[in-house]
Amino acid sequence: MKIAVVDYGMGNLRSVTKALEHVAGNDAQIILTDDPAVVASADKVVFPGQGAMPDCMRELEQRGLKQVVLDAARSKPFLGICVGAQLLFEFSEEGNTPGLGVFKGKVVRFPADKMHDEHGQKLKVPHMGWNEMFIVHEHPLWAGIPEGERFYFVHSYHFVPAEDIAVIESAYPYRFAAAVARANIFAIQCHPEKSHHAGLKLLENFVHWNGCY
Amino acid sequence: MSLAKRIIPCLDVTAGRVVKGVNFLELRDAGDPVEIAKRYDDQGADEVTFLDITASSDDRDVILHVIEAVASQVFIPLTVGGGVRKVDDVRRLLNAGADKVSINTTAVTNPEVVRDAAARFGSQAIVVAIDAKQVSLPGEPLRWEVFTHGGRKHTGLDAVEWARKMQAYGAGEILLTSMDRDGTKIGFNLPLTRAVSDAVDIPVIASGGVGNLQHLVDGVIEGHADAVLAASIFHFGEYTVRQAKEAMRAAGIEVRL
Repeated sequence: MKIAVVDYGMGNLRSVTKALEHVAGNDAQIILTDDPAVVASADKVVFPGQGAMPDCMRELEQRGLKQVVLDAARSKPFLGICVGAQLLFEFSEEGNTPGLGVFKGKVVRFPADKMHDEHGQKLKVPHMGWNEMFIVHEHPLWAGIPEGERFYFVHSYHFVPAEDIAVIESAYPYRFAAAVARANIFAIQCHPEKSHHAGLKLLENFVHWNGCY
Repeated sequence: MSLAKRIIPCLDVTAGRVVKGVNFLELRDAGDPVEIAKRYDDQGADEVTFLDITASSDDRDVILHVIEAVASQVFIPLTVGGGVRKVDDVRRLLNAGADKVSINTTAVTNPEVVRDAAARFGSQAIVVAIDAKQVSLPGEPLRWEVFTHGGRKHTGLDAVEWARKMQAYGAGEILLTSMDRDGTKIGFNLPLTRAVSDAVDIPVIASGGVGNLQHLVDGVIEGHADAVLAASIFHFGEYTVRQAKEAMRAAGIEVRL
């Protein structure tokens, strides 16, 4: 089995690749690639992303990867991570960027007027560090991961789905969708590749996932 | 609100080995970076920071191999700093497996590197390290200035203003070290930490002076730090990261345990 990690020049994809290799063992070949044909022929696709969304969208288009990513999102087990997850929505406030529109909804910045805790202390943006994950809907990729487990986040924007696709929520300070899923697609805001045992469990579940939800 | 405050062990690395200086002098050998990073990972460290203190430019690439080796075995965020001069240095460290790169002296001498690196790799990957010393005299309002070159060179920059400026340049996080406290084990400089943390919207890591677990608690509660960094208390086995987290939790601080 081949799992393609889509490399469109945005950010460090080594962590994602290393973590997938670590959990896949001999069960899957992990291929970091910027070649549309390799993405198209892979059995599963991981779509990461770091940095600013306008740059990510531009690079995706310039490297001729937009269409194969869209095709993969329609047809095979697909995992979006961080900005890769944000790109699946219709629109982002970051640079007023149109996204791929795989999911209905938009990506918004943590609003400055809400960034304080119950004691009135300022909450920093980016939302950086380990936060709790609450299960909204059971999902095969979350098998074996307990309620309230912490994952590593680093982001200033988060997605707001306009359809009922949230499977995991976190809170900072308000509840927001931390992972969404529909059919063969799972998209997560935080970084499973940097989230220790729980994050590796999620990636391991993806390696063995048949794409059904 | 349930974001955990982070505990970050720091490994000073030279020529591929972990050392920890006291007041930046007299280095003691503390071991193999991969082994130590794995030990901290097992203990529940939230991140690990590597500070490359290699003096010779001939040995610069050794840190890349260290990071590669650690990144293939440790699945928590890794920050690397020390000797970062160009955007290309940032790129090479990220490609080796670092998640964040910390920029210190170069941020002062050439702040455009911070702006360019943040634009290219995202603010989440760029930490600006600030080494600050108190310059106000007793009785005067507290004031701290930025020092570079391992604390030897005075810049005249106000540390709080500098932190704000680096946020504006795209830094995603500030690593704030009190040069007066580093290696002393008498605790963080809390007024400095609080002044910087309250002045910026990005997370601030407190560093310099940790000698016991109460100091970590004070850094968060009194210093308003988002994360606390320590080296020697962990290296020489005085405390485990887990003990540190238990102490923080007992003090009412949200931690990942």
